[in-house]
Amino acid sequence: MSCWDTIQAYALRSIGIGERLLPREGYDLCQQFTLIGSGMFWNIYFGIFALLAGFFFAVALAVGKSSHNPLLRKPAEWFIFVFRGSPLFIQFFFAYFVFLTLKQSVPFLGAFTAAWLGALVVLFLNTAAYSGEIFYGALLSIPKGDIEAADAYGMTGWTRFRRITFPTMLRLAWPAYTNEAIFLFHATTLVFFSGFPVLKQQGDALYYARYFADKTFNPFIPYPILAFYFILLTLVIVGLFGLINSRLNKHMPKETRTKVRFRPNLIR
Amino acid sequence: MFSYCTDPETLEGLTWLSCYLTTGKHMGLYISVVTVLVLLAVTAPTALLFGFGGATAARSRFLPLRWLGKGYSAIVRGVPDIAFFMFFVIALDQAFEWLRHKVKCPDWPDAIRQGNDFVVCQQAKLPLSSSPEWVHETYAFFLAVLTFSIVFGAFAANVLYGAMRAVPRAQLETAEAYGMTRRQTFWRVLVPQMWVYALPGLSNLWMVLIKATPLLFLLGIEDIVYWARELGGTVNARFTEYPHGDWRMWYFLALLVFYLAFTKVSEVVLDKLMKKLTHGQATAGGEAQRRAKA
Repeated sequence: MSCWDTIQAYALRSIGIGERLLPREGYDLCQQFTLIGSGMFWNIYFGIFALLAGFFFAVALAVGKSSHNPLLRKPAEWFIFVFRGSPLFIQFFFAYFVFLTLKQSVPFLGAFTAAWLGALVVLFLNTAAYSGEIFYGALLSIPKGDIEAADAYGMTGWTRFRRITFPTMLRLAWPAYTNEAIFLFHATTLVFFSGFPVLKQQGDALYYARYFADKTFNPFIPYPILAFYFILLTLVIVGLFGLINSRLNKHMPKETRTKVRFRPNLIR
Repeated sequence: MFSYCTDPETLEGLTWLSCYLTTGKHMGLYISVVTVLVLLAVTAPTALLFGFGGATAARSRFLPLRWLGKGYSAIVRGVPDIAFFMFFVIALDQAFEWLRHKVKCPDWPDAIRQGNDFVVCQQAKLPLSSSPEWVHETYAFFLAVLTFSIVFGAFAANVLYGAMRAVPRAQLETAEAYGMTRRQTFWRVLVPQMWVYALPGLSNLWMVLIKATPLLFLLGIEDIVYWARELGGTVNARFTEYPHGDWRMWYFLALLVFYLAFTKVSEVVLDKLMKKLTHGQATAGGEAQRRAKA
């Protein structure tokens, strides 16, 4: 089988298109690159949707946590504490078994036991909690003068939030949020190792990397390939978020712009 | 365990639960909790040592050593940590066996990597196939600790490198002015002062380390996740005196609470420690403490 054939057979294997069986022999570089790359579909899918949905919830959480009303503040604080204080791995397991139990009484919720929905929900809640804390920190560090200026213009409530508070919060939080996005994508590799079943061997990149490592008993090829893909993904994220960052900072003088700094101390 | 547990069928409510939670299998769960604590207790100092080495190397004046230090702290960037966990466990195992093979069987005729197999001579196997069960378990645990230390050492190297650079330059210049050598400056001025700058990063790392412990499960250790799955699953009355349905949800809820409590306690303790360390320091935190007192 030439490399092109392999690509045709396995490039979309992770979403169920192409060859039914995984490769049983050869395990050459082409196969490994194709199949592990195909698994990246899942990582990107989980990452993008969790991030998009999580963003809005995170803003709500941050506003809730900074609210003076305890009825809003307490739930937000607890939500953030629960999801940031416990391992994502355990959260996946717990959620999976909760969904499994629910399925018995409400068959309608059966879809949640599949990774594409169940794991997405967990990742969504998790990233909302982490980003919520980041946004909350940014809300606290909005310059006092900005708010005072808004007050002086007679802006209140929603107008002030939309025009002043929110853009400034986003600008201040953006570098940290970039890191959160990177680590969210890294965290997606946990999904298929934590209860959620892999249907018809349609797994993510790490699932295929482990498949090859187990088959060839040689970790020195599949894992670096996986690393290669993830470094590529990280670079793309940094690039995209960097563009948004420069847009958010457009009005700022050069030296006071917030810079994206990579701070790799976050595992969940 | 208790004397009234001899006939579980007659028990009810809390007494049943007290008997159920003290069966032999549950002891396995409790031991695995101790395993996690031991892992934390061993990994934290080892990782700190690795990190210290990495950070020192990254500051070295000898270029290849500097590359080594920077490269080490950079490996964790861009790649999911669990990929590292899975990689290092196999890679370290093979590295040890390869080394022993080279030493113990120098005249082995065959190649070690034969296609998809990794073959070393019998004497080089780790652990020896003849050794008892506990040796195998200890070896697996040792590999896990080493893997954790390498990965977290890289994180720690990052934090410590930053902390070393945060120590005011004037302090080092003063040391030089007193005629201290580079080594003396490092050990007598830089290292004692860097901890207060490193502590926020290190405490963050500790939290992360706590939350990374369930990954032991992926490394093939019978840890709490393993036991929670094992014990929570539906058990038929035929196999046990304590039959129950699928309780895995409750077991994982218990794990969740365990981790939350652990994080909370760590948070409180680390806050106290930070207060102690900032006392009298020329930082914003130290200044705030001084003002609060005055």
